[in-house]
Amino acid sequence: MRNMRASTRVMAAGAAISPMTAETAEELAGQEFAGIVESHRPQIFRFLLASTRDIDLAETLTQECFLKAHRNWARFRGESTAMTWLMRIAINLQKDHWRNRRLQFWRHTRTNAVDIDEASEWLPSGERTVEQRMLAREQVEQVWKAVEGLSERQRTVFLLRYVEEQELSDIAQSTGLSEGTVKAHLSRALGKVRAELGASYEKRRSAKSGA
Amino acid sequence: MADPLLEQALGNFRQSVHAWSKAAYERPRTAAPIAVHRGWRLAASWALGCVLAAGSLTGALYKYHHRQVIEKTSVAQARRSQQLAVQQSRTNDDEDLLANVDSDISRDVPAAMEPLAQLMESSGDQ
Repeated sequence: MRNMRASTRVMAAGAAISPMTAETAEELAGQEFAGIVESHRPQIFRFLLASTRDIDLAETLTQECFLKAHRNWARFRGESTAMTWLMRIAINLQKDHWRNRRLQFWRHTRTNAVDIDEASEWLPSGERTVEQRMLAREQVEQVWKAVEGLSERQRTVFLLRYVEEQELSDIAQSTGLSEGTVKAHLSRALGKVRAELGASYEKRRSAKSGA
Repeated sequence: MADPLLEQALGNFRQSVHAWSKAAYERPRTAAPIAVHRGWRLAASWALGCVLAAGSLTGALYKYHHRQVIEKTSVAQARRSQQLAVQQSRTNDDEDLLANVDSDISRDVPAAMEPLAQLMESSGDQ
């Protein structure tokens, strides 16, 4: 399949009149995959980092994701985008990781997951006043808190939608769920985020009125 | 709660995650300390494994030796008690034989002395 794709591309360009050798096809496929790694690696890493809050683990899983993708590159039929396909691999790897950790409960594995406070220190640029920065930090912290309370599936769907800004159809393809289920998970996740933000908003308002 | 606030919070969250991920992705990698740590851990686990293996081997050998000693002792005891029983039965046999001989001797008297023997028996009874 990979050889066929590569050969079609060369034929279309009209560059090769003589039949392509297996080595050339292999080389072209390799180049194609290298391009995909370069363009999609940061996004896969970001999704895994947001899911695990562990930089080392996110890096390891990203490596595994691309290794697996490379091994199965020949089987990629192009029915979905490469990003969706890669994201599906990343989601499965992440699931396997948590399942293995649950099964190996006796093993004391070192975790480098940062806490919510530390994760909330990264603030969006462009905030000018101190008050705006404080508000942004508080909001980010509350969203992290809500995300922590979500189920694995809700968290995945939420992060894909609001961090990676993926379309519902892409999320459905990546997660293997129907669009309706994705919408339901997203709605529940948003409800929890809204509740977390609302609680803190009320707390702040009552503190202000008390003062 | 108004939706603009939720949208603002989600926007801030997205930008925060993007900023964190960018910084983490571009950070310099340090692999040496991890390798050293792993080396120590490997050595420690090997040492622990060796100690456990040696311990279990020693335990098994000690148990085997202990069992053999117990077996030897019980065999010796059985042999000794058997010898005692044989000795005792031999002594009993000798005593019976001597008693038989004694009674035979005492009964076997010449015909001429039979009346005298009867006399002795009757006096013994009295």
